[in-house]
Amino acid sequence: MNRKTAHIIALLALLALGLALPWIAPAHLSQLSKLWLFLVMAFGWDLLGGQAGYNSFGNIVFFGIGMYAALALQVGLYYPVAEYTAAKGGGTEFVFTARQIYTGLALGIPFGGLVAMFSAVIFGGLLLGMRGHYFAIATLGLAVAAAELAAGWDYIGAGSGMVAPTLPDAVNGTRLFYYLSFGLAALALLFFSWLYSTRFRLAINAIRDDEDKAEAMGHYTVRHKMMAWAISALFTGLAGAIYGNLSRFIDPHDIAFNAEVGVWMILMAILGGKGTFWGPVIGAIVFFGAKELFWTWLLGWQRVALGVLIVIIVVFFPRGIVGWVRERWPRLFIEPEPDEEALDDTAPPMAGGKGEASHA
Amino acid sequence: MTVQNLQLLLQAPIFNVQLLLDGMWIGAVFALAAIGMALVWGVMNIINVSQGEFVMLGGFITVWAMEQGLHPLFGIPLAAVALFVLGWLLYRLVIWRIVEADMFTSLLATFGISIMLQQLMNTVFGADVRTAESGLGISFLFGGAITVPQIKALSFVLSFAIGLALWLFLKKARLGQAIRATAQNARAARILGIDTDRVYAATYAINAALCGAAGALVVMAWSIHPYMGLPYTLRSFMIVITAGLGNLAGVIAAGLGLGVAEQFAGFLLGAEFQLAFVFLLLVVVLVARQIALARKRQYLK
Repeated sequence: MNRKTAHIIALLALLALGLALPWIAPAHLSQLSKLWLFLVMAFGWDLLGGQAGYNSFGNIVFFGIGMYAALALQVGLYYPVAEYTAAKGGGTEFVFTARQIYTGLALGIPFGGLVAMFSAVIFGGLLLGMRGHYFAIATLGLAVAAAELAAGWDYIGAGSGMVAPTLPDAVNGTRLFYYLSFGLAALALLFFSWLYSTRFRLAINAIRDDEDKAEAMGHYTVRHKMMAWAISALFTGLAGAIYGNLSRFIDPHDIAFNAEVGVWMILMAILGGKGTFWGPVIGAIVFFGAKELFWTWLLGWQRVALGVLIVIIVVFFPRGIVGWVRERWPRLFIEPEPDEEALDDTAPPMAGGKGEASHA
Repeated sequence: MTVQNLQLLLQAPIFNVQLLLDGMWIGAVFALAAIGMALVWGVMNIINVSQGEFVMLGGFITVWAMEQGLHPLFGIPLAAVALFVLGWLLYRLVIWRIVEADMFTSLLATFGISIMLQQLMNTVFGADVRTAESGLGISFLFGGAITVPQIKALSFVLSFAIGLALWLFLKKARLGQAIRATAQNARAARILGIDTDRVYAATYAINAALCGAAGALVVMAWSIHPYMGLPYTLRSFMIVITAGLGNLAGVIAAGLGLGVAEQFAGFLLGAEFQLAFVFLLLVVVLVARQIALARKRQYLK
């Protein structure tokens, strides 16, 4: 069995598992929904951090922006947002029918993702010229600034946050949001699986390995970095939009723009193995499991445990689980020959090839 | 509201002096923490994200000392010593493993330390905003138009005294010279018989001690909270990138400038936007420096 077949089988198995989970573990659906969203966030971070080498501490900004934009649109379609947030939402005053909920979700979630993507283009223009830890700290500054700004903006509820539209009895929220989360994760799995088979991955890997050389070789490094961050923000924003509905209540400091969660995204990617396809998947599952255990069994000490875990991960396992497996069994990772040719086929024809074509 | 406050500043210029003084008092403490960050950054090539938590911890130790019946001013040496020990322990446990690693690793590892310390402080000392009452009075200048709490002025003076002591230590003391030598060229220092591992441990511990002393000043003149460390970390970072490494005068100037800017922003925009201003200023400073460098076909790294 070659590597490509194994990849496809693993992917299909994961998707099948995701579809079956509502029957296997109906009691843990909201937890599992969060796991799928974390997986998407890990993918989003790894695209820029692992593949392009730009370690963002502020991807949480897109999570929060997507969340607020989606909820604001879901409410704003039917009621004035300012009145809704002033009245702390919900209750008997603001009633949503099932149809309104579905319409709101169908429009709000993509809107959240697009707003996040748009903001990534703006931030990218400002910040992507920095490198290394300057980029890291600048994005961290952005994340905490976003939290403070959201906490001072009355339109979206300021410090007391926003409540998601109350679901009518006809809508089964748990199951609906599970399928939305899983759908997004499935989309991310398929999309990144495709994206990492294209030349785009090679281009951003070249930026990670040596940006100056990549630029000298004629890569449009700025364009590629921007695209990578925009895609990353799109998925993170979509995840935020669904997360806001899932948790029913959002506030600037603890949920939407929580800088700590921004670091979790990094940890998931590193724990699994950054710069690989399966790294974020494995990392998200392991990290989320560990986090849930800490929050259940070590309440009051959960962040201490998490801090120790962070130190252990970055100090002892900087290459992650996939990286460890690669060191242990390098044979599994040797690209078989036919794959190389297949890659060349998809590439645009070389200068020589063009010449021959014109002769014919 | 912003416009009204601006008019107030223009009509009553004396308010400007008040804000200026208030900013300078706290700016000196920012500079103290920033000196520590610059030291660790310059010598060990580590950006210490747990800087702010060290400051908070210094404050809590002072509160604890006060509860034992000591005057809070004794908290300064006490916090410095306690944090020195903690810094040394952290170096021996964790930091020595990441000195050679890239900076991203050190950012993450010290972030891990910082969330660990946050919850430990929260568990041990409680989640309340704390202050330590020093019992000093308030002076009035210009016939009562300007108020100067004496503890703030004292903390300003003490910050300078501690900074000066550190400067003398780095210039004159044997260990201080070893620290500077290691910062210039760690390999050469090792060849010449300097135990760089010990130098790193001392550097990290001295940084923690500086933060501890700063924290003792913060809790006496202002207030602390287990989860209010991050703003101090980011302020230190901003001061260091504005002033550059190894530029003591620059760090002091940038610290005072930041303190003053923050006071004016808090007054004009409203207190709820003061922190947002600080964080946005960090991004703006970085973007401005990057644009300036991009003109020369260079970049921030």
